[in-house]
Amino acid sequence: MSEHIIDINHLVKSFGDNSVINDLSLSVSKGEVVVLIGPSGCGKSTLLRCLNGLEPIQGGSVSLHGEAVEHGSAGLHKIRQKIGMVFQSYDLFPHMTVLKNVILAPVKVQKRDKAEATEAALALLDRVGLKDKADAYPSELSGGQKQRVAIVRSLIMNPDIMLLDEITAALDPEMVHEVLNVVLDLAKNGTTMMIVTHEMAFAEAVADRVVFLDGGVIVEEGAPAEFFHNPKTERAQRFLKTFTYSR
Amino acid sequence: MRGIEVLFLGNNMLRLLSGLWVTVRLALISIGFSLVLGSALGAVMTLKNPVVKVLTRVYLEIIRIMPQLVFLFIVFFGVTKLTGANLSGEVSAVIVFTLWGTAEVGDLVRSAFGAIPKHQFESGASLGLSKLRLYLYVIFPQALRGLLPNIINLSMRMIMTTALVSLIGVTEVLKVGKQIIDANRFDYPNAAIWVYAAIFLLYFLICFPLSLISRRLAKRRADK
Repeated sequence: MSEHIIDINHLVKSFGDNSVINDLSLSVSKGEVVVLIGPSGCGKSTLLRCLNGLEPIQGGSVSLHGEAVEHGSAGLHKIRQKIGMVFQSYDLFPHMTVLKNVILAPVKVQKRDKAEATEAALALLDRVGLKDKADAYPSELSGGQKQRVAIVRSLIMNPDIMLLDEITAALDPEMVHEVLNVVLDLAKNGTTMMIVTHEMAFAEAVADRVVFLDGGVIVEEGAPAEFFHNPKTERAQRFLKTFTYSR
Repeated sequence: MRGIEVLFLGNNMLRLLSGLWVTVRLALISIGFSLVLGSALGAVMTLKNPVVKVLTRVYLEIIRIMPQLVFLFIVFFGVTKLTGANLSGEVSAVIVFTLWGTAEVGDLVRSAFGAIPKHQFESGASLGLSKLRLYLYVIFPQALRGLLPNIINLSMRMIMTTALVSLIGVTEVLKVGKQIIDANRFDYPNAAIWVYAAIFLLYFLICFPLSLISRRLAKRRADK
């Protein structure tokens, strides 16, 4: 077994009396792409947020390379530099140009040389087809372009893992494609990722492993071909059926 | 056109301008204090503590409901009566305008920070920005953009409201104007219209640029 990036051990998360994740354990290895799917409210987005310390947890542990990720802990911002996260909402900083958005963290947090960071930023923007938008403000971009910049902004930190939380859920259908192609490209290049998505075709294409969650527990997990075409559990079969139509 | 000469008699114009300076100085000092205290108040108002919420709300409402003139009288006459402290008109005015400005700035600061979406905090934090850097680079600049036009508007309102302080004996531009009119009542019975027109123009010259800047800032913000 190759090196673990993230280890989730017996994670318990609840909002008040409402328990969202129940004693969930999962590990992600280096270079692996894990796709989390499941019905709304199954806890998949919450799980990602716990991995980044955005949510306090009620039990168990999350660790990155063996180092605990704890909400509110003093060293959290150091660990977060190694975890890239892209959200559903377009979360670029509206008062900065695309380039400034991208180089803010490398320069201010990682203390990298500004010229070097700029060069790296332009190279990454080029990779997602947005080099010519470097001096544009977020308000001048389409939703798909914003999400590609958000991916670049996380990537430039050279994170150990990228967490993508329904990054295409707020996009127009034509823009979903351009964003998911970027993610597919990352997967091909060996970026470790955990992805929450409702795009089943994309999930099948990008995943090394699919994890199906319901009621805050892992109901089924496996290789994408196996899971999508030959799901073992009745719950997964029922879930997948909601994506097919026939009259 | 009879009567317009009164503006240029002796040092009348200079007196009007120095009256205007009293007006502007009062407003500037009050705004300065209001910005400092109001920012602190705004920070306090973002706390979720219910007691803090009620207290700040009550303060804000009292200030807003009370006509500024009544407030001026309470401080100028009332405080002197109660404590024996002899506050000058100008000090009373600064106190009143600062109390007013602090409440307004506090509310503006609170709403400017409240208007920043939660995911701006989260995405900044996810990039590994420490709390200090998150506020410095991401939150403050955005809050400031929302604040600036409103602060300028408030300053404008304050400059205009300072006209009231002539009623507690501060010789600001309006009072000077009245003195000029009274002194020339027999020689220039039409002086009033020209003096007040001049004062109107002076207010306009100060407030119009502010209004332009505020509108420009608000528009630039909407574009971005």
